[in-house]
Amino acid sequence: MSDPMRIRAAVKGEKVEVKILMSHVMETGQRKDAEGAVVPAHYITKVTASCNGRDVLSADWGPSVSKNPYLSFRFKGGAKGDKLKVTWTDTAGDSRSDEVSIG
Amino acid sequence: MMLARRRFLQRLGHTGLAALTITSGLLPRVVRAADTRPAFAAEAIADALKALGIANPTKSDAIRFKAPDIAENGAAVPVEVESTLPGTREILLLVEKNPHVMSASFSFPDGTDAYVATRVKVAESSLIHAVVKTDAGAFYTDRLVKVTLGGCGG
Repeated sequence: MSDPMRIRAAVKGEKVEVKILMSHVMETGQRKDAEGAVVPAHYITKVTASCNGRDVLSADWGPSVSKNPYLSFRFKGGAKGDKLKVTWTDTAGDSRSDEVSIG
Repeated sequence: MMLARRRFLQRLGHTGLAALTITSGLLPRVVRAADTRPAFAAEAIADALKALGIANPTKSDAIRFKAPDIAENGAAVPVEVESTLPGTREILLLVEKNPHVMSASFSFPDGTDAYVATRVKVAESSLIHAVVKTDAGAFYTDRLVKVTLGGCGG
């Protein structure tokens, strides 16, 4: 199981500002290890975020999103204490969801 | 005696060859593990956009695109895109010189700002395109990012 995401979601005026740091190798499949063997591709392909069950963002990613991806976005209609849930799925079929209370 | 040795060697040769064929037949499949999503498999920006149903986006000043002129580390180039175009549904990031140009797409339901910040890998100095899909067609802007250390190592 992968490490948890670090998510910060804070009310800024009429919007909620979200900053996420995910823990993932984002291996492109183009890189070779010390023995010259190609390191197989392994990267996040899908990210979704919801606030109290309402979708607020969805993203499709390729291997050229940086390792340990950073993502920031903003949405309206969220309040302090609402639950923000972020989910990713990768090429290995693994997925991870983390949830925070909006501060 | 000689014949036996010879047969043995022949057999070894055959199995060796067979093993080699199997390995070489498998390797490219494992290595290439190409993305099955057409836009992410594309090697040219026009092809990636075509796969997403976008043809000839219009250049627009209503897209604010922040990216460094010079990136010391191509493995993590910070990019920030904000669209003030009405009815913005999606923002796409494409790196022209990467082996596969399509980096990411973000779609915004009603109530979410047409804004995103992330970090992308840039293999070599390249134009990065920010394409915006709106209800009234597609628009884009681009930035040249010079990379002193390529992004494929990390």
